[in-house]
Amino acid sequence: MFDALSERLRKTLGALTGRGRVSEADVDAAMREVRLALLEADVNFKVVKDFVGRVRERATGAEILDSLTAGQQVVKIVNEELVALLSAGDRTFHLTGSPAVIVLVGLQGSGKTTSAAKLARFMVKQGRRPIMVAADPYRPAAADQLQTLGKSLDVPVFRAQTGTTVLAIAKAGMDAARKQVRDTVIIDTAGRLTVDEGLMKEIADLTAALKPAETLLVIDAMTGQEAVHVAEAFAAAVPVTGLVLTKIDGDARGGAALSISAVTGLPVKFLGTGEKTDALEPFYPDRLAGRILGMGDVLTLIERAQETYDEKQAARMTEKLRKNSFTLEDMLEQMEQVQKMGPMGQLIEMIPGLGGMAKQAQAAVDRGDLRRLQAIIRSMTPEERRDPNVLNGSRRRRIANGSGTRLQDVNQVVKQFSELQKMMKQMSGGRFPRRIPGMPGQG
Amino acid sequence: MFHFRKPKQPEVGAEAEQAPEAPAREPAAEPAAESLFEVEAHAAPATDETPGDLAEGLQKSRGGFMSRLRGLLKSGPAEADWDSVEELLIGGDVGGALAAEVVERARARKDSPTAEAAVREELAALLIPSDPRWRPARATPDQPAVLLMVGVNGTGKTTTIGKLAHLYRAEGSSVLLAAADTFRAAAIDQLRIWSDRSGCQFVSHAPGADPAAVIYDAIDAAVARHVDIVIADTAGRLHTKSNLMDELAKMRRVIDRRLPGAAPEVLFVLDATTGQNGLAQARVFHETVGLTGIVLAKLDSTAKGGIVFAIEDALHVPVRFVGVGEKLGDLLPFDPAAFVSALFA
Repeated sequence: MFDALSERLRKTLGALTGRGRVSEADVDAAMREVRLALLEADVNFKVVKDFVGRVRERATGAEILDSLTAGQQVVKIVNEELVALLSAGDRTFHLTGSPAVIVLVGLQGSGKTTSAAKLARFMVKQGRRPIMVAADPYRPAAADQLQTLGKSLDVPVFRAQTGTTVLAIAKAGMDAARKQVRDTVIIDTAGRLTVDEGLMKEIADLTAALKPAETLLVIDAMTGQEAVHVAEAFAAAVPVTGLVLTKIDGDARGGAALSISAVTGLPVKFLGTGEKTDALEPFYPDRLAGRILGMGDVLTLIERAQETYDEKQAARMTEKLRKNSFTLEDMLEQMEQVQKMGPMGQLIEMIPGLGGMAKQAQAAVDRGDLRRLQAIIRSMTPEERRDPNVLNGSRRRRIANGSGTRLQDVNQVVKQFSELQKMMKQMSGGRFPRRIPGMPGQG
Repeated sequence: MFHFRKPKQPEVGAEAEQAPEAPAREPAAEPAAESLFEVEAHAAPATDETPGDLAEGLQKSRGGFMSRLRGLLKSGPAEADWDSVEELLIGGDVGGALAAEVVERARARKDSPTAEAAVREELAALLIPSDPRWRPARATPDQPAVLLMVGVNGTGKTTTIGKLAHLYRAEGSSVLLAAADTFRAAAIDQLRIWSDRSGCQFVSHAPGADPAAVIYDAIDAAVARHVDIVIADTAGRLHTKSNLMDELAKMRRVIDRRLPGAAPEVLFVLDATTGQNGLAQARVFHETVGLTGIVLAKLDSTAKGGIVFAIEDALHVPVRFVGVGEKLGDLLPFDPAAFVSALFA
């Protein structure tokens, strides 16, 4: 459906790697990919235009053109620019005032009521005493919903009779908060369309009267191009201090948040990551940037590889492969290196385009395939590891017993290794690739 | 990638559905100001038409976007203008790739007198004809027609059910609502209020009950009482949660088993403000329960609902209704020709 941007860039610029220079036409091609990927992620088209312009300027700089790894460099620039935009504004969560007032506003169905409950739970964890106010007199059973959530969290919920104005509900809620000695008031308002002037005035009056410490705009991560207009309209009506980006546990890329931050400068303060009341997370710009890029967590993967892999060792291994002197001992060492980087499934998940394989790989690990292989190799003598040809029936039985595996497992390992050797022999017969795919630390 | 917690059983649905009809809420007559970007101004001079003559309901969302597009096309677009047209389509959530395709095909057309006609025809060709007098069908006279309402969280399922119930009651059908959203706090209460408003029968279980069991009982009750139409509300669920999608598939199987050969109508409720993710949603729901129709909700917002083009193009599932407000009557049959015309009005 959607190729990760980093994957597209690799295809576009990958062929150029090692050629020395990247032409402007190459950069143009890459920028087309960037543009399409951002649009696919629901970033506003005007924001995309500015963004691509900035990236192009940096990408055509001499420093990049001379780089050997143009594709990676462009991905890095895109990532940096995304993080810069998403880092807009003041992400601190302010709880000034006694009681501190938090007002949640947004379109219908964006997740305000659920977010109110999540915030309440978050506040309790911080040692505060919140009260929730159901200021949605329109949607049927909205107050019931908040009350049910409050009960499950053991947080009081203030509600009023139908027909009470929103301002009156909120003021009575403040009184209730003082009476019950609550230090945080979370006000859940009704969903409203920005074109509804009456309702927009309603929350404007509300925030004017209560002077909330935080007025959070709750935005669905699946929102399309309208997100910017919606945010602008709300920010024009009430003093919005930040965003809660909800339903991020789906597969929407959440470009809406980028558009809003880019245009209004409003920061994302929280992410709604699930339906349970504990599914509220603080926001990290770099993670959302990676998600918008659809690039997997390549940066983390590269970091981990750099941490665990030492380059000399990698060079030595390449040399061994080239000379066809790669032994079972080397294979064991390789596996240990990779395992140091983390759980196999998680590693594969970080590689763009391979996300779907993560489960299978992890299943193989869970079945113990890898551990069995390692146990077998470790049960061999150094001589056997260097030259599997000496493995006669008696030795194989000993290895099986020693590693707690069956004879056929040992046979399989020996056979697979000899096939691997054959393959490497063919490769070393001239067309050996300069870079070995899957070996980190060399690219 | 994020590493999210994956709840096994959601305690609570995300905040859902639109607010009900409320006396204090008059929809604003003016479309939202296109305040964000001024860039269109030079590309599309003299296009600030007031959308006063547009079809009621659609007018609120269409004015700015398509009248500008019309303005662009009327004068016969120059090379450079095509880019702006493409941007306008993208701005309407048509999607980057599809917008480029539509413009490409429109440019290649030789049979249309004007560029506007070309783009119009290309857009219309993506939509599936839908009979405005469409009714959920019943397999045999003594079986109820079944409508299964599905969608992600907060798209407007429950509110749409309230409107549908009102529509079919007004036509003289007997309607039974099945409260199969047993997850979200107070979802059952919310549906019960809608049920009372339009005089429907109502079947519910306790919160947290098996939603498939609710549907089974609802169909039993409907058969026994000779009810015409059963409308089942379901909890909003993200299409990426396989356990919740499995649960939905089970509901579908229960209907098929209880009413063999009945082929329930499965309506996918889509929020018009949804962007490109809408296609992924529709695709997974379609694979899971076999969609027979789409309801495009909240079209009275400033959003354009352009993702519908991509969905219909990919899945060939027709849009049956559009939701254009919060009153009981604010559900209109979807007419592709009128939809496209309204885009250009």
